[in-house]
Amino acid sequence: MGSRTTTGSTFPPTRLTVLERIRSEEPDERRRAFGPLVEGYWKPIYAYLRIRWRLPPEEARDATQSFLAAAWEKRWLERYDPGRARFRTFLRTCVDRHAMNLGQAAKRLKRGGGAAIVGLDFETAEGEIRERPIQDPVDQDELFRREWIRDLFSRSLEEVRLEHVTTGQAGRFALFERYDLGPEEGLSYADLAAELGITVSQVTGRLAAVRRAFRARALDNLREACGTHDEYRVEAREIFGIEVA
Amino acid sequence: MTALSDASVRRLAEVANLPDLSETRYTLLEEIGRGGMAAVYRARDETLGREVAIKVSSAPGEREDLDARMRTEAAVLAALEHPGIVPVHDAGILPDGRAFYVMKRVRGTLLREVARGAAGLDERLRILERVCETMAFAHARGIVHRDLKPENVMVGGFGEVLVIDWGVARVPGAVDEPGAVLGTPGYMAPEQAAGRSGDATERADVYALGAILSTLVTATEPPADPGVARAALLAERELPRRLRAIGAKALAADPIDRYADAGEMAADLARFRAGNPVAAHPESWLERTGRSVWAYRAAVGLVLAYLVMRIVVAWVTG
Repeated sequence: MGSRTTTGSTFPPTRLTVLERIRSEEPDERRRAFGPLVEGYWKPIYAYLRIRWRLPPEEARDATQSFLAAAWEKRWLERYDPGRARFRTFLRTCVDRHAMNLGQAAKRLKRGGGAAIVGLDFETAEGEIRERPIQDPVDQDELFRREWIRDLFSRSLEEVRLEHVTTGQAGRFALFERYDLGPEEGLSYADLAAELGITVSQVTGRLAAVRRAFRARALDNLREACGTHDEYRVEAREIFGIEVA
Repeated sequence: MTALSDASVRRLAEVANLPDLSETRYTLLEEIGRGGMAAVYRARDETLGREVAIKVSSAPGEREDLDARMRTEAAVLAALEHPGIVPVHDAGILPDGRAFYVMKRVRGTLLREVARGAAGLDERLRILERVCETMAFAHARGIVHRDLKPENVMVGGFGEVLVIDWGVARVPGAVDEPGAVLGTPGYMAPEQAAGRSGDATERADVYALGAILSTLVTATEPPADPGVARAALLAERELPRRLRAIGAKALAADPIDRYADAGEMAADLARFRAGNPVAAHPESWLERTGRSVWAYRAAVGLVLAYLVMRIVVAWVTG
């Protein structure tokens, strides 16, 4: 699964959402819309099945694949009604229903089909789950939301990292990683400036630039994962405290 | 790509929205408040070596309407030099595209907390009177706040009273989007709630001041319906009738029945606090006499005691 190359954080409010495109009668358009949804949700679905449903890795992998295949073939996602719930809540309830049905009829488990599923790296996903203590919050919607945001941020961060590496600005990203992702106790801008031989203002500026890039990328990815533009606005407000157009 | 920990996710969500102060003379210290449209940060002015507060739009280059409000607010504050209004030191656009302005760092308690606290009635009314005086100053310059509420009044450590958050203020010559509802339910005048915020005059602020009065004296939230809010205040029988009348006049559904501006309401509050008749409540002869007797109760008591003593002495001595 390669990273996308979308840039910038602004877009016309009238642009069709992914869900509007997935309802298209044009098979190619529908297939193109399905890809970002798979990309944005397969890992939270896998983590959710592992943690909430306590499926072993192999079963969680098969269940994720079969869910996505069925969602494509049976056009489940097109039934989403924005007036009733957020898209991710709708998706999570679909996953619950699917997992329940699988439990009752394991034979129906199947993979692939004609779905636009790209190579999903389940081994990495499993490794990521094992890296952190598995906590199962009481609220299943909160669990799915937490995994979804984790994946959204991880993908966005990786895209920003690649962007900085390929443009010869790996040092700038490393500064951000050190200060914002692994804050050392008592580390100040002045400490960093002295260590790197730059001014405090330059530290501020470099951190701000990477933060800005991350925010733009995360908003792009968030927009792709929301059912409607209104939902995108609400999610942006709740996750970042940002008002978007 | 490694999985982010919960702490890293939280940290990323925080830093992603931090304002970019890299090309300014300010150093960010911490967030001290957040509303729907902007956040306020404590910062250090490195040039002058003092702490300031910086208000920054929550819409990084995406919402021109919010940025316009920030600019309006900064302009309003700059135009209103008054002890009840926080002075603005600087304003502009940050490198990340967000509008900002810098103001004096005020330390104090929101009126909401005062309303929940143990302050006595006169102290609560003193604060409200100061708010009315500040608003009278703004009204005299054609500026209407349009979002007065306990969260937008701050009481400082030395008793100073500041009206804050002028982000939706109406300034002379400005035109609002038709149908826009600006304000907060319970404190919003009915003409604002009906989507006629552009028609909101000084009397809309007077309505909000009446709702704040209701909150301060009843310790409950005012109902959104003006008729119900007014009736609820009038039903508070343990409150002096003249005070209830002041609140009822401010909360009138029809703007024409309210005080013309905050100055009139301030004057009535001052009269009430001094024990004098108020414009909102024409007194009967009996009420006026009763109030006068109460106001001069010590002297009246002495005279009555003297008269009783004379009667007793006359009766005893035959």
